[in-house]
Amino acid sequence: MADIGAVVTAEHVSPWVDAWRKFRRHKLAVASSIALLTIIVAVIVGPWLWPVSINDIDFTARLQPPSRAHPFGTDDLGQDLLARMIYGGRISLAVGLAAMLVAIIVGVIIGAIAGISRGSVDTALMWVTDLFLSLPQLPLLLLIIYLFRDALKDVFGVEMGVFILIVVVIGGLRWMPVARLVRAQFLSLREKEFVEAAQALGASKTRQVVRHILPNAMGPVIVAATIDVAAAIIAESTLSFLGLGFPPDIPTWGRLLFDAKDFLDYAPHWALFPGAAIFITVLAINFIGDGLRDTFDPRRVL
Amino acid sequence: MGTYLVRRLLIALPSLLGISVVLFTVLALAPGDPFEEMATNPNIPPEVRLALREKFGIDDPVYLRYFRWLTAMMQGDWGFSFASRVNVDTLILQRLPATIFVIGSSQILALAIALPVGIYAATRPYSVFDQIANTFAFIGFSLPTFFTGLLFILVFSIWLDWLPFVYRSDITATGWRWYWEQIRQAIMPVMVLGLFQAASYTRYVRSAVLDVIRLDFVTTARAKGLGEKTVVVRHVVRNALIPVVTLVALQMPTVFGGAIVTEQIFRIPGIGSLLISAILSNDTPVIMAVTFVFACLVVTFNLIADVLYGWLDPRIAFR
Repeated sequence: MADIGAVVTAEHVSPWVDAWRKFRRHKLAVASSIALLTIIVAVIVGPWLWPVSINDIDFTARLQPPSRAHPFGTDDLGQDLLARMIYGGRISLAVGLAAMLVAIIVGVIIGAIAGISRGSVDTALMWVTDLFLSLPQLPLLLLIIYLFRDALKDVFGVEMGVFILIVVVIGGLRWMPVARLVRAQFLSLREKEFVEAAQALGASKTRQVVRHILPNAMGPVIVAATIDVAAAIIAESTLSFLGLGFPPDIPTWGRLLFDAKDFLDYAPHWALFPGAAIFITVLAINFIGDGLRDTFDPRRVL
Repeated sequence: MGTYLVRRLLIALPSLLGISVVLFTVLALAPGDPFEEMATNPNIPPEVRLALREKFGIDDPVYLRYFRWLTAMMQGDWGFSFASRVNVDTLILQRLPATIFVIGSSQILALAIALPVGIYAATRPYSVFDQIANTFAFIGFSLPTFFTGLLFILVFSIWLDWLPFVYRSDITATGWRWYWEQIRQAIMPVMVLGLFQAASYTRYVRSAVLDVIRLDFVTTARAKGLGEKTVVVRHVVRNALIPVVTLVALQMPTVFGGAIVTEQIFRIPGIGSLLISAILSNDTPVIMAVTFVFACLVVTFNLIADVLYGWLDPRIAFR
């Protein structure tokens, strides 16, 4: 009979260790995490390892294929593509992360309010969510950027103004799935016994939400956040590719593709490297999201 | 079914109104003034400028301007393009067929790939075929349309020289030759859009079929002695399509986004490339109208999804 006690005091595993154990089983997700980390580190420390200026013009080295002096080749002004891609990668990744944060914060707040309040507030917020879901996103994105670009440039300067505008607009058009997700989680969680217990102990509505319901609703939100980073990177690249994102002196990956597309026949490397960078980053993030989905799926037992 | 349709229409109208409010708010909040240019133009005296402002009601309160804009839009008066000196509605009507053709064929291609692959993968979960399909699906929706477009041009137009990379609306050939040229130039844009959508649709179809295939009525159908083919096609797929229809309808805004990019890459004279050129030439009436047309298309596709929903699951129409 003494054995029973031994079984009960089994090894205590913190939720994070448990999550890591589950995540580790998704081989592609682990490989993708390594790939993504490599890209992030390369983009952050790159300028020290490859101290070439992004806008040194050298007309003797125009449109050169990859070589020892220029590992990724040069563009039509003889600028070094590796240096430009490192610089642009910082912006592309920063836009992805910042836009994801905007989308998640807005989505969680709206979803939480809708999920915890019953009746007309919930109905109204969900109507707004559905309305935003049926907005044509890219045309609207283009419209807003066209209308507000100059005003923000005057206030925050060229680089910061465009950055803020793009982040806010991409994030502001991507919060709806998160809001729906959080609301659905709240609707089931708020009826659970542990919330009732907290209420019986006198916890205020805010405390119930922040301390008890929200942490339990975070799993799917983390997955959505990961996928959102990929979607935001694609959105930013699309804008830049259409020539309506960052200006030419800020070479994000999408902007590099935009500049390269008229030289496809002479200098395919110019388009292939930034395109591959976007593809690998997005693919890695999507695989990580898939791995996290398996990790946070409560139906899945290790 | 009739009352169901009317009800869905009554839901679609307020969302169109809501979209128009969002669009107009964006426009009203934007800094800048359409008559700014005149203020600096010495040939236009200030009295004329003020009279014009009066006439167009620029200084009226926002809600008055909104209602005037809305009634004008509903009466078909969409304004006049600054850049090309044509009425906006004629301009859009000229461009719309190319867009609808490319989007329509790419959706058909996407479903023609996604349905069989997704269903087959779901009937054999975790098999080699399923894993290969899943990997390709991941690659497919991680490849942005602007990059696949450039890759296709590089491979099929520049290296292999099989297909033209500029879409022409002035093909001189006649008869069968004309159709052949049309198809040839549409192959790449349709493939780019279609393959991208096929990747995400495959995943939707697979997970929807997997959800249904475990249900009891499927076991019952098998127990009755029905062939596997009948079970899958008549019992599983019809039920699995219900969530797929919703997800496909939700994808529509993304599809139109992809269409804008593809039209820009292959220079298709559709409303997407019209939007880009209008933005580059500050042609506000065209920009507003095209954005609104895209919104209408999204709402229309949602409506079609609702109708399909009622057909696939008659219980919904009676609720």
